[in-house]
Amino acid sequence: MNKLSWFNVTSLTFGFAFLYMPMVILIIYSFNASKLVTVWAGFSTKWYGSLFENEAFLDAAWVTIKVAVMSSSLATILGTMAAYVLVRGGRFMGRTLFSGMIYAPLVMPEVITGLSLLLLFIGIGLDRGVLTIVLAHTTFAMCYVSVVVSSRLVSFDRSLEEAALDLGCSNFEAFRLVTLPIIAPAVISGWLLAFTLSLDDLVIASFTAGPSATTLPIKIFSAVRLGVSPEINALSTIMIAIVTVGVISASLVSKRNSLRQQKDEQAAARAT
Amino acid sequence: MNQAVFTPWDDPSAKPLIRFKGVTKRFGEFVAIDNLTLDIYEREFFALLGPSGCGKTTMMRMLAGFETATEGSIELSGQDIGPVPPNKRAVNMMFQSYALFPHLTVYDNIAFGLRRGTMPREQIDARVSEMLKLTRLEKFARRKPHQISGGQRQRVALARSLAKAPKLLLLDEPLGALDAKLRQATQFELMDIQEKTGTTFVIVTHDQEEAMTVASRVAVMDEGRVMQVATPERIYEAPNSVYVADFIGDVNILKGTATANGTGSYAVTWDEGQRPVTAISDTVFSEGQACFLAIRPEKIAINAERPTDADNAIQGKILDIAYLGNLSTYHVALPGGQVIKAQAANTRRVSRRSFTWEDTVWISWTATAGVLLDQ
Amino acid sequence: MQRFALIFVPYLWLLALFLVPFLIVFKISLSDVALAIPPYTPTLKDGVGPFIAALDFENFAFLTSDDLYWKAYLSSLRIALFSTLMTLMVGYPIAYGMARAPEEWRPTLMMLVILPFWTSFLIRVYAWMGILSQEGFLNQFLLWSGLISEPLTILNTTTAVYIGIVYTYVPFMILPIYAALERLDGSLIEAAEDLGCSRLKAFWLVTVPLSKNGIIAGSFLVFIPALGEFVIPSLLGGSGTLMIGKVLWEEFFNNRDWPVASAVAVILLLILIVPIILFQRNQQRQAEAEG
Repeated sequence: MNKLSWFNVTSLTFGFAFLYMPMVILIIYSFNASKLVTVWAGFSTKWYGSLFENEAFLDAAWVTIKVAVMSSSLATILGTMAAYVLVRGGRFMGRTLFSGMIYAPLVMPEVITGLSLLLLFIGIGLDRGVLTIVLAHTTFAMCYVSVVVSSRLVSFDRSLEEAALDLGCSNFEAFRLVTLPIIAPAVISGWLLAFTLSLDDLVIASFTAGPSATTLPIKIFSAVRLGVSPEINALSTIMIAIVTVGVISASLVSKRNSLRQQKDEQAAARAT
Repeated sequence: MNQAVFTPWDDPSAKPLIRFKGVTKRFGEFVAIDNLTLDIYEREFFALLGPSGCGKTTMMRMLAGFETATEGSIELSGQDIGPVPPNKRAVNMMFQSYALFPHLTVYDNIAFGLRRGTMPREQIDARVSEMLKLTRLEKFARRKPHQISGGQRQRVALARSLAKAPKLLLLDEPLGALDAKLRQATQFELMDIQEKTGTTFVIVTHDQEEAMTVASRVAVMDEGRVMQVATPERIYEAPNSVYVADFIGDVNILKGTATANGTGSYAVTWDEGQRPVTAISDTVFSEGQACFLAIRPEKIAINAERPTDADNAIQGKILDIAYLGNLSTYHVALPGGQVIKAQAANTRRVSRRSFTWEDTVWISWTATAGVLLDQ
Repeated sequence: MQRFALIFVPYLWLLALFLVPFLIVFKISLSDVALAIPPYTPTLKDGVGPFIAALDFENFAFLTSDDLYWKAYLSSLRIALFSTLMTLMVGYPIAYGMARAPEEWRPTLMMLVILPFWTSFLIRVYAWMGILSQEGFLNQFLLWSGLISEPLTILNTTTAVYIGIVYTYVPFMILPIYAALERLDGSLIEAAEDLGCSRLKAFWLVTVPLSKNGIIAGSFLVFIPALGEFVIPSLLGGSGTLMIGKVLWEEFFNNRDWPVASAVAVILLLILIVPIILFQRNQQRQAEAEG
């Protein structure tokens, strides 16, 4: 089964072309000198230049990053706690409600989440701004973090924690010295996921952002509603480039680590 | 060995290190440990032996502090350790999975427990070096657990749990993950380390050979109860019940009724058409009491002619021969349909072997060869 | 004490920022619109008795009387259903090809499927605007190749919405199906062929049933978010494309009718409960089967 049939080659080729063509076209047009999308007027990087002069975009980008860093960090702490409670908490009052509240935001339409949070903030008289977006993003991102972390915790050998207790650790020390370092990769990917979700989010941010704080997706959305814009093409290209570099280097690092681990294990097995 | 024979359990003045007093442990409806009373002495190598689910692991986890007794108390050096959490007990455990911390080196794994206290650095260093030397791991101190072999990991786990010099070391199936050959070598290593450190070891195992090899005393367990506690020799030669006799090694059981025919000697009627067999027993049986005669296959001789001097001899037909190399086990069918296993050493080459299938043979044993049991 | 704090903090957070907001939505859906701040009545300032007395199902009655709403619900359901089927048809061959690819390629292919996940959803939808517009890339290409003589109108139609949904959600379909297919033992197909099946028949009788769980999981993962989708219909769809997420948004931001928007949200949630429960059950069964 190691040779690909023509059918598989075709479906993979068309499939990945479908997945990547739109982005490739977008990237190409971001270097178009003409303002019109229809005409190719030669290679130019002027849209990148004008993007970096656009104060409104830069401000929005800054707000977005601030919100993403704060909300993803908070979400990682809360989500890891929630995962620990779900996997190790045992029985407690309202456990079903708790796990329901963890899973529900994952399938909840964003318009409903956004609407409900906005009504809450208005109800308690909280002014909409960076704080409200952070609260909103933390709430739904912590659920994603807790799913990622709890799937790691489920496969975690419990006797490692018991061994730490047996060797004199308190519960908290056992978590800090043994559990946390081992589940760290899951916690980090949870943080990255929360960070990206926050960077991407348009709908919830639109509901919870006030006039004082506009995020990049809100800015992009209002710009592209009117049609294609070369500046947005340039901005998209930058964002795609960052993500691509990030994902590829992360997968290279993890591949190298797993290769090294494999080699070590083989060497160890031979040494016996 | 020129030291005095080590038998503190026979000395009424000896103080046990561990004392289980009427301990019961329930998980919901399930009774894991049923009113158990047991003493374990200092410097002992004590084995808890039984099939899975017999409660041996629960007992060990109660000693480590991961489970609390539902009823009764557990004492360590005369003190009730019930309320003491695992991290405050002078008891360490070697886990079945070894539970080595994958993110720490061999050195850091061994030093882990020492660093929880206030021990100065140099002392920790010295202690870890001592442990590395004891377990012959000096060369691997800087490696991570996944960079060493299974046998080395087992030794790291042992060194780590011994580093704090616990009063009691618990070993949960310590050799279960090793292959058969390595396991044998490691058994002797464990005994050696136990002797050198003088630590009390309690080992949980389902492997009877392992328990017999390493332990000073063995507790055979079944369904939350201890069936018998004795030295390996006594467990094998003088089991107190059919369960223990059957659990350890191979055994023939003849079910019958006892009739005294001398002081400490009984005639056991076990089959209508056969003559009763004679057995010597310390246990007193009343007239016609139901009994079981347990005889190990290697204590039954097999001959072509009826031996003249045997206390008991029965004629039968060879049903099956299991050739094991150094010895052969013969399955002999008796006229009543019972099958008796007899073992003989193969001192001659196969071609000159005396018996084959369907041969009519005499099996025989002495009056002291079997153990007469009442349950 | 430690355990209590550990449970208490995330619990309280979710209660305050997930459950309570939700109850507020429900409450407002029973209120009346008013020219005030906040723009609805009653509020708790009116006292508890009159507050409860003033709640009614008027907004829900309004939703049934105005055909815009139930048409929007139906159209959302239809679009979500058909786009799920289309995503399955696009995603299955890709997942199948990945699972049959040489083992050393698979991590790379996997990464290529996951990469769009990390890329902004908004940007991926936006990319299609440039392709599908009147003078966009697709029309230029088709005109140049001579397949058409007049540019097609695709952007701002329901077709564009379908394309957008399939494109953005296809990774959700590929991953569970790939996971199911990758576990599938190749010798099962060989056994089926050995027992007299043709290639195609072996696919139908062995491969498809064994990837059933992946297909179900993938379908729910596409259907559920597609139903409440807002970005795709508002960027790619036209005035004729009715989707409930967009209606809710407009009701809230343009008409400022919060009670009706809340009622729309409550009904959308009621519609979603069935597929969500079915999805959870499927996941649970699968987890149990894998034990």
